[in-house]
Amino acid sequence: MNQAVQAAAPVQKRKPKETGVPDNKKYLHPLLAKNYGNWKYHDRPRPGVLHHVSHTGDEVWSVRAGTQRQMDVHTIRKLCDIADKFAESRVRFTIRSNIEFMVSDEKKVAPLIAELEKSGFPVGGTGNSVSMIAHTQGWLHCDIPGTDASGVVKALMDELYDEFRREEMPNRVHLSTSCCEINCGGQADIAIIVQHTKPPVINHDLVANVCERPTVVARCPVAAIRPAMVNGKPSLEIDEAKCMCCGACYPPCPPMQINDPENSKLAIWVGGKNSNARGKPTFMKMVASGLPNNAPRWPEVAEAVKNIIHVYKEDARPWERMADWIERIGWPRFFEKTGLPFTKYLIDDWRGSRANLNASTHIRF
Amino acid sequence: MAKKLHDTPNLDQLEGGPWPSFVTGLKALAKDKDYVVDLLGQLEESYKTRKGYWKGGTVGVFGYGGGVIPRFTELKDEDGKPVYKDCAEFHTLRIMPPPGMHYDTATLRQFCDIWEKHGSGLIALHGQSGDIMFQGATTENVQTAFDEFNEMGFDLGGAGPAVRTSMSCVGAARCEQSCYDEAQAHRAVLNTFLDDIHRPSLPYKFKFKFSGCPNDCMNSVQRADMAVIGTWRDNIRTDEALAKKWFVKHGMDELVNDVVARCPTKTFQVKEIKKIKAGEHISSVAVSDTHAVEINNQDCVRCMHCINVMTGALATGTDKGATVLVGGKSHLKIGGLMGTVVIPFIKLDTEENVEKLVDFAQRTIDFFAENALEHERTGEMIERIGLSNFLDAMEIDVDPAMVNSPRMNPYVRTDGWDDEVAKINAKKQAA
Repeated sequence: MNQAVQAAAPVQKRKPKETGVPDNKKYLHPLLAKNYGNWKYHDRPRPGVLHHVSHTGDEVWSVRAGTQRQMDVHTIRKLCDIADKFAESRVRFTIRSNIEFMVSDEKKVAPLIAELEKSGFPVGGTGNSVSMIAHTQGWLHCDIPGTDASGVVKALMDELYDEFRREEMPNRVHLSTSCCEINCGGQADIAIIVQHTKPPVINHDLVANVCERPTVVARCPVAAIRPAMVNGKPSLEIDEAKCMCCGACYPPCPPMQINDPENSKLAIWVGGKNSNARGKPTFMKMVASGLPNNAPRWPEVAEAVKNIIHVYKEDARPWERMADWIERIGWPRFFEKTGLPFTKYLIDDWRGSRANLNASTHIRF
Repeated sequence: MAKKLHDTPNLDQLEGGPWPSFVTGLKALAKDKDYVVDLLGQLEESYKTRKGYWKGGTVGVFGYGGGVIPRFTELKDEDGKPVYKDCAEFHTLRIMPPPGMHYDTATLRQFCDIWEKHGSGLIALHGQSGDIMFQGATTENVQTAFDEFNEMGFDLGGAGPAVRTSMSCVGAARCEQSCYDEAQAHRAVLNTFLDDIHRPSLPYKFKFKFSGCPNDCMNSVQRADMAVIGTWRDNIRTDEALAKKWFVKHGMDELVNDVVARCPTKTFQVKEIKKIKAGEHISSVAVSDTHAVEINNQDCVRCMHCINVMTGALATGTDKGATVLVGGKSHLKIGGLMGTVVIPFIKLDTEENVEKLVDFAQRTIDFFAENALEHERTGEMIERIGLSNFLDAMEIDVDPAMVNSPRMNPYVRTDGWDDEVAKINAKKQAA
């Protein structure tokens, strides 16, 4: 910095008010504020509606509707208009980007539902329905996406629209999508996750200037990356026999391009469950891969997901989540009933994998 | 009026169908904003080529080191100029929501006005970490937009190697299964770490999540470095009127197949009323004139299933608090890890007790900051050093509730055994 610039008067900048997480009390629906911590029970009078009763006898009806999550201001204002008309100007959002309107009078429930559906917001997502898909950013905003997020979700929810609006599944079905193997979409009954099939393609001209090489080397889960001089420039090279194409090197080193229009495929995972209800929480398992990244509507993925949902719906008993159902029928029957091929790639060989092998004669024939 | 839309034959196919369309929303914004016209152009290109075109960079607000996700276009022409110049910069502001994601419409409308003026007009409610994501602002407008959100009482969330924005369930505000004041704990913990949220300097990210009961609606066990999950120690409560009402509607088959058979420890039984036991740890309630359910609460693992099925007829106990699990994370680098029990039970009913949780969180973050390797999550650090060493550092006594089973191999040096037994006995006597 030269002297002239240093001498210039500093521009007064506004200091942030480090206020942190705001208090939610002023945003609560009046009945929620009044009965805070004093609720007795709830039931579901119809799909998309929760009815909570307090120990004081107060009742509140919550109407849940699906949104596109990535919302324009006009859509949000429309939802606000509806809340002003029916729900004492209060709303809340669920972890799956559904919106909830709380109403204090049962008579308002039906007109509210009518208004939401007329405005294009499906009412549902409660109880044993297929809820909105937890998802990520994708091509719209992510710096490392293998596919889109909002588009995949839109295409799939069009197909699952009726199952969102009904409660006809054995238990709730949570879905997620993730546009890379980091899996920001999270664990779910059914998850769709990008699965790369080829090692990254390295632009050796850029590595030295863009990447902190030791960081990239350290990031690889299988120690397949090492420093190398390529064409006289410091770069990185990959032991392609070791590389399992996870893409972990790509975020810290964008010249190691992992995304590929043809070879970045989509995989399907099933049986993740965060709840402690019945069995302990479970991680999901990969059951299919190699599906094409076929924008704009991903029909192959939609068919595969719908097939699993359909078989689960027909075969599972009440209250069985995807993981509970598979535990009862066993993995051989899961693959038989869904028609999905069980390939060698589905046998775990990562650390701790022996726990996923069958060390018994428990086999269903 | 904005400039003419680019042709978007791929995106147009996402306007049909019954589910709300984000493309229709973007097109509505594009009527007034060249910014969004070009955003649609770039997104259409991604749909055509199946490639992403954003790269990161360094953009922030004065006084903070994180919380803004910078995005610059990489879609350039032969001269290195952006193909879609109006959306060459498309940064996101992560703003922390109120616990439980409750809003009044005045606040949402004010968000919309600010973001329509300074940003793209596209808002995601909410991101996977729980942030309100104001998506799409130029570098120049990031500060102005933030200043206005900040004046409303909202603050930036976390990004990078920092304490991240947290989430808590609807909880006490509307759920009978809530076992502590999630919002209170959420704010008390997070607002202790504002410096670690706003100025990323940890080895890697650290996430807290707060679920009011073992249904864990925030997926905390799988995603949070520290998961605070509500639970209770005393007996399941019962309500005979609601139990009988449930039984009239659902009958014996459902009681047996959906509840008795699904109890993970088989402590839930249905019996003739005259055979029901009494006792300090027994919950029982009649479902008809002849039959009742009986639960031995000492064998109950608080899984929530029977309470979920027979809501109101059965309810959580009143000696409530939380279990704290540490080390949950997703795949990278060593594979997915669930959080594991570090505090089997902590009361959170008073400010003093919540302060104990804050203190534990503070000591965990301090230890993580000192001991984790670069880009190593808390669960990976504990895997590397062993849970016992972590507990030692946290001055937490070991407890069999922390394990699925004791050790399955002899590879441990046990010459401190007698000292450990003596310590345990001394503590027992002192208690």
